[in-house]
Amino acid sequence: MYVATKGGEQAIGAAHAWLAETRRGDATLPELTVPQIEEQLGLAVDRVMAEGSCHDRGLAALAVKQAKGDLIEAAFLLRAYRTTLPRFGASAALDTGAMHIRRRISATYKDLPGGQVLGPTFDYTHRLLDFALAAEGNALPAVPHAEPNTAQTPRVTELLAREGLMQREATSEAEPGDLTRDPLSFPADRAVRLQALARGDEGFLLGLGYSTQRGYGNAHPFVGEIRVGEVAVCFTPPELGFEIELGDIGVTECQMVNQFKGSRTEPPQFTRGYGLVFGHGERKAMAMALVDRGLRAEELGEDADAPAQQQEFVLYHCDNVEATGFVEHLKLPHYVDFQSELENVRTMRASAMQAAAE
Amino acid sequence: MDTRFPGFAAPVLDAQASFRAVLEAMSRPGRVETVTPPPEVPPGLSPAAAAMLLTLVDAVTPLRLAAGAEAEAWVRFHCGCPMRRDGAAFVLDPTATLMELDAGTDEEPEHGATLILEVAALEEGSGWRLTGPGIRDAHRLHVRGAPAGFVADWARSRARFPRGVDAILCADTRIAALPRTVRIEEA
Amino acid sequence: MNAQTGYNFAYVDESTKRMIRRAILKGVAIPGHQVPFGSREMPLPYGWGTGGIQVTASILGPSDVLKVIDQGADDTTNAVSIRAFFRRVAGVATTERTAEATVIQTRHRIPEHALTERQILVYQVPMPEPLFRLEARVAETKRMHALADYGLMHVKLYEDIARHGHIATSYNYPVMVDGRYLMSPSPIPAFDNPKMDRMPALQLFGAGREKRIYAVPPYTAVRSLDFEDHPFRPIRAPHACTLCGSRESYLDEVITDDRGGKMFVCSDTDYCAERQAAKAAAE
Repeated sequence: MYVATKGGEQAIGAAHAWLAETRRGDATLPELTVPQIEEQLGLAVDRVMAEGSCHDRGLAALAVKQAKGDLIEAAFLLRAYRTTLPRFGASAALDTGAMHIRRRISATYKDLPGGQVLGPTFDYTHRLLDFALAAEGNALPAVPHAEPNTAQTPRVTELLAREGLMQREATSEAEPGDLTRDPLSFPADRAVRLQALARGDEGFLLGLGYSTQRGYGNAHPFVGEIRVGEVAVCFTPPELGFEIELGDIGVTECQMVNQFKGSRTEPPQFTRGYGLVFGHGERKAMAMALVDRGLRAEELGEDADAPAQQQEFVLYHCDNVEATGFVEHLKLPHYVDFQSELENVRTMRASAMQAAAE
Repeated sequence: MDTRFPGFAAPVLDAQASFRAVLEAMSRPGRVETVTPPPEVPPGLSPAAAAMLLTLVDAVTPLRLAAGAEAEAWVRFHCGCPMRRDGAAFVLDPTATLMELDAGTDEEPEHGATLILEVAALEEGSGWRLTGPGIRDAHRLHVRGAPAGFVADWARSRARFPRGVDAILCADTRIAALPRTVRIEEA
Repeated sequence: MNAQTGYNFAYVDESTKRMIRRAILKGVAIPGHQVPFGSREMPLPYGWGTGGIQVTASILGPSDVLKVIDQGADDTTNAVSIRAFFRRVAGVATTERTAEATVIQTRHRIPEHALTERQILVYQVPMPEPLFRLEARVAETKRMHALADYGLMHVKLYEDIARHGHIATSYNYPVMVDGRYLMSPSPIPAFDNPKMDRMPALQLFGAGREKRIYAVPPYTAVRSLDFEDHPFRPIRAPHACTLCGSRESYLDEVITDDRGGKMFVCSDTDYCAERQAAKAAAE
């Protein structure tokens, strides 16, 4: 006698217990602490902050631990937490020109005010597995210390703009849109596009940015500069009436310089693709800057037929929390619809076979 | 800009109860529902209108209000909404007429305003004959104190569908709603 | 704020509820029109019913009795999980009995029992746009809805007929609401479509990931698209339920062995259990 499966609640409880057990792994090994993740898996933490759209290294590290290292799951945990937080107000725009710089490079000039600062980068490491790291307790190589660079480090794009070679961005006092409060509508303005890209999936943006370099979109990008470091977040509480500094956050900024042939109203000049992400995330910031420039095709009067130039395509599909939800929901039961398809296909087959027989 | 009049006694649950009342009213045009009003309301507002404002209006919904200074101070304090004459999402102004309010666009008809209209009394069973979505055959709604020419204006406004204005009629603690789809015939 | 859960009643904060409530009211006032709303991240993934959950959270009160079904069943894991969520964050009473519920959240089915005026049916919707397979650009479909320009859909259905002799859509079968808006009924089987027409209960639809809410007020005309010479025909497996014997209900096909053995049982578990109990009582 057939009995329908019951006991969903117990099954769910058991699955959760098993999940907790596999998360812990071999209990004879020491448990990973959240500060260890924060300190030693810093780039994973940074990616979770960026895609989770919430700057809190401790919470992001906790999310990485809870998600067993699944970074999209961790970003989702952080987002779901973020959405319950009260809003006290909006900070002033970050001044990345006043960044405490850890790393700053320009590909467009050999040398420039503020200098080239390599910082902690993988760029020139030889990708040879370091078996010494497999052992614990190795002494670190000595890091030469230098006095922090307190000289002004002007943005490369600003140097070009002073010469009239870089298109100035339109400034606006209008309140920028917020896609976490209001749904996207099209055409989306640049502020909303940049917000979507800053929260967007690194892999998706990387692929799209790459496509613009391979002819899908007419990109001629140069890295004007990448800078990584700490910037102050400033806020004016209405009850005080003057600006106070809330603290520093780590960000990565990329300004991509692109040629623009000019239009009827504008002379030939360079235009900017912009990327800014929480934490240290150069790949993401660069991909974001390429895609930002791609999405400006229409406003600059260029053809806009490549995937990276289509607003709806890019903005609707760059969010990995949305994307993973819809892709993964296919594993939920769909047997009611499948049943109707079964009957449908059986009917169609019957009439097709009858027709063939006649 | 202070007020001595309170908001909902139990903000979360009273807002939920009042919302269900207006949801029911909007879903079944002509049905009269009772809201859960705040314990005391400022002069110029019926308990029902006060409950509707507390339930639906906040910092992101511009309001056009003409109900006196005390009512305005109360709304500013409890709802924190921007006050605006043009492009208001909610309108509580006895001088407002349907055709002058924001009706949305054919692409975004949801931007059409909601008119909160104070009337003297609402009774089911006689009066206007209402038909349309939400109504099985016809509902009868007797509205005492509706603005002159309202029914004719309503027909004009309704002809713009999907653009249009939706109305919530308030009398004491009772409400009835008129979604833009409803057809009104005078008794 | 509830001290036990650390979250607001029904999880969602009050300003979010107000925003959703405003969207629901506009949805009711414009039957079948998709109202964009500021969908929030829920503690369940997109695709698991976040739209339905946000709608339910915004309407639910302490005196409601909630029923949650997935594939017609109360005991499917996601239905169990969502029911447990609301028990935890809203403390509401829950039921598996259709007749006892005041709010029913559903994925993919409409209960077999006719719903009444005192009930609200909340659908979880993955893809609110009925035209999306024909036109993926949202800006373009918005324009088509504004003009009630649904020629593309008629052409598609007609091509089905030309190729297969009948309309080859068996679920998520598009409907016209009150003669104006083309609407996705959500992925319910076409078998359930006729239940939507002039239903006494209010029907609300929530699409979380796509950030749209829409509604069908009570007693509103909902017509499945068809042609005079090819009228709409709901499909159902031509069998009786093995458990309760129903020949009217929608059936699940259950594979019982690997030699082609199968049986058919009601998808609506409450309907089936009630009929089995009535049969047992009669015997």
